[in-house]
Amino acid sequence: MSALTFTLKTRPAQRVDMSPLVCQHLQGMEPAEIAAIELQSGKCKLRVDELFNISGSDTQTIVIKNSFEKLDFIGKDLDGGSIMVEGDAGAYLAMGIKSGDIKVSGNAGLYAGCEMKKGYLEIAGNTGDFLGGALPGNKMGMKGGLILVKGNAGERVGDHLRRGTILIEGNAGDYCGSRMTAGTIAVMGQTGRYLGYAMRRGTLLLWNPPTLSTSFNDCGTHTLAFLPMLFKAFAALNSRFADSAVAFNRVQRYAGDMAEMGRGEVLVRR
Amino acid sequence: MIINGVTIDATFAEAFPMKATRAIITAQNEKWAIISAQAMTGFATSVIACGCEAGIERVLSPDETPDGRPGVSIMIFAMGGKGLAKQLETRAGQCVLTSPTSALFAGIDSDIKIPLGKNLRYFGDGFQIAKVLAGKRYWRIPVMDGEFLTEATTGQVNAVGGGNFLVLAESQPQALAACEAAIEEMRKIPNVIMPFPGGVVRSGSKVGSKYKALNASTNDAFCPTLKGATKSDLSPEIESVMEIVIDGLTKEDIDKAMRVGIQAVCNLGAANGIKRISAGNYGGKLGPFHFHLQEIMA
Repeated sequence: MSALTFTLKTRPAQRVDMSPLVCQHLQGMEPAEIAAIELQSGKCKLRVDELFNISGSDTQTIVIKNSFEKLDFIGKDLDGGSIMVEGDAGAYLAMGIKSGDIKVSGNAGLYAGCEMKKGYLEIAGNTGDFLGGALPGNKMGMKGGLILVKGNAGERVGDHLRRGTILIEGNAGDYCGSRMTAGTIAVMGQTGRYLGYAMRRGTLLLWNPPTLSTSFNDCGTHTLAFLPMLFKAFAALNSRFADSAVAFNRVQRYAGDMAEMGRGEVLVRR
Repeated sequence: MIINGVTIDATFAEAFPMKATRAIITAQNEKWAIISAQAMTGFATSVIACGCEAGIERVLSPDETPDGRPGVSIMIFAMGGKGLAKQLETRAGQCVLTSPTSALFAGIDSDIKIPLGKNLRYFGDGFQIAKVLAGKRYWRIPVMDGEFLTEATTGQVNAVGGGNFLVLAESQPQALAACEAAIEEMRKIPNVIMPFPGGVVRSGSKVGSKYKALNASTNDAFCPTLKGATKSDLSPEIESVMEIVIDGLTKEDIDKAMRVGIQAVCNLGAANGIKRISAGNYGGKLGPFHFHLQEIMA
């Protein structure tokens, strides 16, 4: 059984809500039924077969080809199965996914992996603001799972992060780890201003020295036993994080944000 | 049955269902992992008065441990799950948390989980940090030598406790030498512990006592100095009896351990003063697991 493949015919002018095209919704549906699903695009509804050429039949393995930055909500609430996006993805990629994995070969927009519960999200390119964050007004962002970004991430990475791991091979923008209540964010590249702003708990793991606010206090240099285990957990990833050469267990530890609870930590490679 | 001049009695050891768990203790080096493990499994020879039976299963190389440091695998057995959880937690808190450079991990997987570091985390007084790594939850507890890393839970499994055999010899040194040889071989068998000091017990007990307050007392039938004073099981040439008690995860594990242990004793044979192998039981009425010596050695 080959992967159920949606190949975009033409790029619509308006953004498209792709949330109906997830594995658990399509399970057991005939090709004609899938073709007849209507997707919201601006104020119009478009049939799936108006937008895409459809091939394959394995609803648990979905491929979206010729994807571009206006396809929003790809993999929303996914609960098992896998989605491969060839090209860019729009906003709210993998929002609230419960299990399964989503891979994007290009860039992703705002709020990728927001309020994710479990599962795996991999973005080969760059991603927008609020990666793994909470929707506006909500108090809990990502609650579990793993996000890997091979490029750069925008501002507010892991805003209100509750649990789970975010790995960024490139740079992260301002307010990385803002308001996080727990979880782990690792950034190999540079980080922007206001790192860990109002973070309560959780870990920010950095390869390069950050510009820290005065509300973070230096706790000294330490060798931490959990770090080798953390890196070991990344060993199976298709990522630079899996490379044992980038691993370390000696860190400078900063506690903060002291303007908040102050139980969070920034660990910087020594 | 006679092996190398040693008589194998037509009797059986009687064992009981228990609950068991396994934990892995690691440290900066093997020396400190062993020290911590010895502390954790100390005063745990018999459930009669210790609350549990515990022992070191084996020493682990760095590539066998979760954090890549030298380690020791320990096992704890108790009569019930509640008692097991309590013993595990108090021992982990007093003996491993306190031990320099130590870390503590689950050593067995099961649907039934019991707390390992789950409650020890409160020692961190709010500074403790949880981390979920590869699907398992760990706690980082700040302590004076750095951080104590512990897995939150470990597994609890059904197990068997009280497998045993008795070594009857012409002298005390000969009985001890035979038991030492047996223990050396039995320690190579996985999933078992021999909880008594050095694996050997010289004060085997029977159920009951003339004193109402005691529910166990010396096994007078196997005490060589009482040969003429009680209904003895010993022939005139027997001057010393020692026992090896085995707890294991399954009956098969205990079978294997008993086989290699008895074989090691028999290898010394009658020429080294070993006369008989026997076993302790309660007439088969109390424990559902029976280890027939002659079947095991067949």
